[in-house]
Amino acid sequence: MAPAQVAPRARTLALAAAASALLLVAACHAPPPAGVPTRVPADTADPRRSGFADMSPATQAMQRDDAANPAWLWVEQGRQLFEAGCARCHAAGAMAGVAARYPAWDEAARRPLTLGQRIADCHARRVAPAGATARWAPEDESRLALEAFIALQSRGRPIAPPADARLASWRARGEALFRQRLGQLDLACAHCHERHAGRRLAGSVIPQGHPTGYPIYRLEWQGMGSLQRRLRGCLAGVRAEPFGPDDDDATALEVYLMSRAAGLPLETPAVRP
Amino acid sequence: MSDAAAPAPASPVRALVTLPPQVRRGEPFEVRLLVAHPMETGHRADAQGQRVPRDIVRRVECRLDSELVFAADLHPAIAANPYIAFPLVVQAEGTLDVSWAGDRGFAHRTGVAIRPI
Repeated sequence: MAPAQVAPRARTLALAAAASALLLVAACHAPPPAGVPTRVPADTADPRRSGFADMSPATQAMQRDDAANPAWLWVEQGRQLFEAGCARCHAAGAMAGVAARYPAWDEAARRPLTLGQRIADCHARRVAPAGATARWAPEDESRLALEAFIALQSRGRPIAPPADARLASWRARGEALFRQRLGQLDLACAHCHERHAGRRLAGSVIPQGHPTGYPIYRLEWQGMGSLQRRLRGCLAGVRAEPFGPDDDDATALEVYLMSRAAGLPLETPAVRP
Repeated sequence: MSDAAAPAPASPVRALVTLPPQVRRGEPFEVRLLVAHPMETGHRADAQGQRVPRDIVRRVECRLDSELVFAADLHPAIAANPYIAFPLVVQAEGTLDVSWAGDRGFAHRTGVAIRPI
């Protein structure tokens, strides 16, 4: 392959070229915070996979490239909101890893809160002008924007639900819901997202249902949405009554789903078809 | 943020202009634009059966120090939050001025400095 004799100078040049090419590749593929994961980091036989792996190459490319990912419009809005309000108490750097451990137990509320609920609570108590009574709803653009910006600080980190005994009952309730037959179609989440994951529903591959990239930019919505919105979509799909905004059942399901996805890398802000 | 003349939108106008981290004099590079916009076609009906009026971005213009380098007319049936990319070559430092205009007084301008090496 390589010529038997290479002048030392030429060899150095070739090495330098190879090294800079490697650096270039590294620079392209690892914007801080790190790029888009598709599988569990370890090379184990973990059968879990992110919905990213089931998307078309075009949609994957959209998520991989921050400049093409429309969710970045919300991230930028979130950055501005964070700097205008949250930065009075929180440093953006301190938000690294936060999204990976939510939903977490909240001492004041005496219940688990999702990241979005925590943001809405904090905003209502400390940032919203005095006298304002309306709490941010789950699909409030500002809440989604802040959620996306804060979760971005954890991109690439493994999902790490806290080992908090007080969450156990919520997790059990979430799992029960996951396995509960619902709606006129009499289907449980587990039917599609466990037993038939990887097969097709109409033209689309059924993902395993790991919430690795929320809030997501969904092409079908042509906008940003929360995990709650996605769950409502599935509930309407099986013709069950959808959860109300910030419903306890939705929170319990989120607690369970995040523990089910533990160890998978966070992808926020993800793009989904 | 948004121009003063525009009617107050529900949320602040959001538009992004992305350039490569390094731009070289005389070498083509890609400019990427993203703008937050519903791109309502005008052909849909709302829950009450009323036609939703058209609300789209009509035109985007990019000027490099007042010289028009790229322009596009947008039409219905373009997805919400349009993404536009085009190649550009610069010979000297300059400012890329991106302006969006659309229905219902939609208007937004972003200026980005380009410093080629």
